[in-house]
Amino acid sequence: MSIDLSQFFEVFYEESFEGLDIMEAELLDLQPGNFDNETINTIFRAAHSIKGGSGTFGFTSVADFTHVLETLLDQIRDGRRALTQIHIDLLLQSVDCLRDMLTALQSGEEPETQQADELKSQFNQILSESSDAEFQGNEAADSPDSESAGETETYWKISFIPGRDILKTGNEPLFLIQELAELGVLTQVLDVSTVPDLTNIEAEDCYFKWQFELQANCAQAQIEEIFEWIEDECEIHIEQAAQTNTSEDLVAQAEGTSQVKQADVDAERTSQIEETKPENIPPENKAKAASSGNKPKQTKTTESGSIRVGIEKVDSLINMVGELVITQAMLTQLSDGDFDPAKLTSLKEGIAQLAHNTRDLQESVMRIRMLPIGSVFSRFPRLVRDTSKKLNKKIELKLLGEQTELDKTLMEKISDPLVHLVRNAMDHGLETPDERLQAGKSETGSITLNAYHQGGNIVIEIIDDGRGLNTEKIKAKAIANGLMSEADGLTDDQINLLIFEPGFSTADQVSDLSGRGVGMDVVRRNIQALNGSVELESNKGEGSVVTIRLPLTLAILDGQLIQVGQHVYIIPLVNIIESLQINSAQLSNLGGELEVLRLREEYIPIIRLYDVFNHQPKTNQLSEGLLVVVESDNEKVGIFVDELLSQQQVVIKSLEANYFKVDGISGATILGDGTVSLILDVAGIVRLAGLTGKQQAMIANQMNEIEQLEA
Amino acid sequence: MNIESLNAQLAENQDLIQDTSIKQYLTFLMAGEEYGIDILTVQEIRGWEQTTAIPNAPGYVKGVMNLRGTVVPVIDLREKFALEAVEYSAVTVVIVLKIEQAGMDKIIGIVVDAVSDVYGIEASQFKTSPSLEQNQNSQFITGLAQVENKTLILLNLDQVL
Repeated sequence: MSIDLSQFFEVFYEESFEGLDIMEAELLDLQPGNFDNETINTIFRAAHSIKGGSGTFGFTSVADFTHVLETLLDQIRDGRRALTQIHIDLLLQSVDCLRDMLTALQSGEEPETQQADELKSQFNQILSESSDAEFQGNEAADSPDSESAGETETYWKISFIPGRDILKTGNEPLFLIQELAELGVLTQVLDVSTVPDLTNIEAEDCYFKWQFELQANCAQAQIEEIFEWIEDECEIHIEQAAQTNTSEDLVAQAEGTSQVKQADVDAERTSQIEETKPENIPPENKAKAASSGNKPKQTKTTESGSIRVGIEKVDSLINMVGELVITQAMLTQLSDGDFDPAKLTSLKEGIAQLAHNTRDLQESVMRIRMLPIGSVFSRFPRLVRDTSKKLNKKIELKLLGEQTELDKTLMEKISDPLVHLVRNAMDHGLETPDERLQAGKSETGSITLNAYHQGGNIVIEIIDDGRGLNTEKIKAKAIANGLMSEADGLTDDQINLLIFEPGFSTADQVSDLSGRGVGMDVVRRNIQALNGSVELESNKGEGSVVTIRLPLTLAILDGQLIQVGQHVYIIPLVNIIESLQINSAQLSNLGGELEVLRLREEYIPIIRLYDVFNHQPKTNQLSEGLLVVVESDNEKVGIFVDELLSQQQVVIKSLEANYFKVDGISGATILGDGTVSLILDVAGIVRLAGLTGKQQAMIANQMNEIEQLEA
Repeated sequence: MNIESLNAQLAENQDLIQDTSIKQYLTFLMAGEEYGIDILTVQEIRGWEQTTAIPNAPGYVKGVMNLRGTVVPVIDLREKFALEAVEYSAVTVVIVLKIEQAGMDKIIGIVVDAVSDVYGIEASQFKTSPSLEQNQNSQFITGLAQVENKTLILLNLDQVL
């Protein structure tokens, strides 16, 4: 029986994805001719550990591919090859390719190797060109470097089977491996097939076999020297495999499939490398970069099941628990023996302390789930880089507030809507450089992502300095789609909001990027599903701002308890603008169906909660109850209830887990007295009451007319 | 029989189930009939307590209750079976069941008049019920069984929600 390696897979995937993120970020920082060796080293290290890990776990397709990548990086690192834009593009594509392969592996599928093979042959192309292009050029002048480069780097295949007793004789294979690694780049595959069942294991015996691949400028003697001491106690085979051979084989294979294309690329490549001008990327290559950057990611979302937590967060948690234990001991002591009224004061103190401890503990536990939003933002530099190339626009991306912390679950769910909004801003918000110059703006457009905390919410803003929304176009489209009619007389802001309506798009031509409005309803729906809201502000010619507001966490919310008849419900505090007593003088009734309240120059439609939920209220007289003014989708509505009770934090429980989704209810919670109370979904209630955004706009419009008549 | 002893007996019986040819059924009373449900689906038995109503839910859904931190819907089986509704009394009990619906385990409570007994029923005692195509409750009835001169109506409540 062998060790079950699959238990380590998750860790490997996690580390690999982290490694890929690092590679991507560093690659984006790279500029040909001007880079820090440390940056290359970082990329190299990340690639190397992915290669090592995948080798160990037997994911040979990944290991083989990373190996080629690593060879190129190694040459760049050693100064044997000048870094060009082509290299950077190719490396970035490889990162995407690796990510796809790993995602496939993670979901238990065989990764597609077609893309990898293509990239691999491109790498090999570059690697085999080196001898022509480089040696004639700069390298010849630089004598010490060229000498080391001139030595053929050889590939050693070493199989190492130590004897059972190797550990008992005081030899440590680890040291040997470390020595080997010092010679060059070492890949190792550990064979654990000879490890016996746990019951039969002799703890002091060594059951492992190793396969090494060493890529180094060294003689066989150097390798043999390392194993000299244990020669008699192990089986060792050292074999030389020239690396150039293998790469040529691979190239030959690839050429067999796409000979013509390959030849074209070759020709362009060679000229590129000689010129090493980053701007002149051959068109074919550019298209490739764009298409791979834009390739739809795996739809299967594999939400990772673990998080990395800073040790200080865990320490603070342990401290809290310590205090909780002390408080508990104190309370236990108080409850010992007969209760003496004299103890009442200290009991109250103890309970206050317990409440304090619980709150602290709750905050600490929540903080564990909080991660800086920077990890979502970090994907945007790449997105902007690829998209700006494709659109021929100059775009500068500014990231602000990357340290703002957000619940992990929210983070995973917010990233897709964010990508959508940023793409929209780039594609439709920002103008081309020419248009910008004509409009008297700088050539480079800017997109800012800003995140900050406000109250119990996190606010994310996507700001562009482009042309703003084309209200006329939206209006025309909305009328054509039957979302509004000319007679509605909507304000510009109200018209702009129509882009969030389902099925709305102003895209004239089908673009694979975005049409401002395509899928905006999905964006809004996704954000609302997280108890958040989206706002839009646009100034013609100056740009637009999309503001997303989200609760910090999904697990707990601040709620206002309200009562209707016998029933107690909770309205999330974030939705509530104000609560008031209704002054019947300010009431109007539209068409005998809909009541509105005039509140400071605004008309608020009233929803009677008992009507919507079919409950028996204490009162149906508006003046005897209270109106809770809430906001949903930027529209205010008043919810008529009998009474307001207390405000408290509630832990959200799922109602769907054992029942169904209920319209107008977003979840349930358990109150202090042990009873269940349901949490209202304000947007759902507005829908239940039959009030859509459009109808609300019509109400406002009608009221304006009434006003004008009065005046 | 009080609820504590019922729950104790329930746990005991669930532990004893070894022989696969005998299936244990928990029986309860409703409108003079005795119904049986597979004891392995029964989680516990509780006394009736006030539930929180779910807005716009069908009449037989009495609301949700708090089962040690889990929100559990409660169904009045009399109303679901279109029997005459009765006032809840001191012996009214809620049987907490684990049902499987669309591949998901759900926990629900059913309100019945009273819990009766636990019987081991052999396959030979088991009779399929006469055709009940016209009866809307037939989808819940898996068969009939004869025990101690009584007829038990055996139920499968997976689709009761």
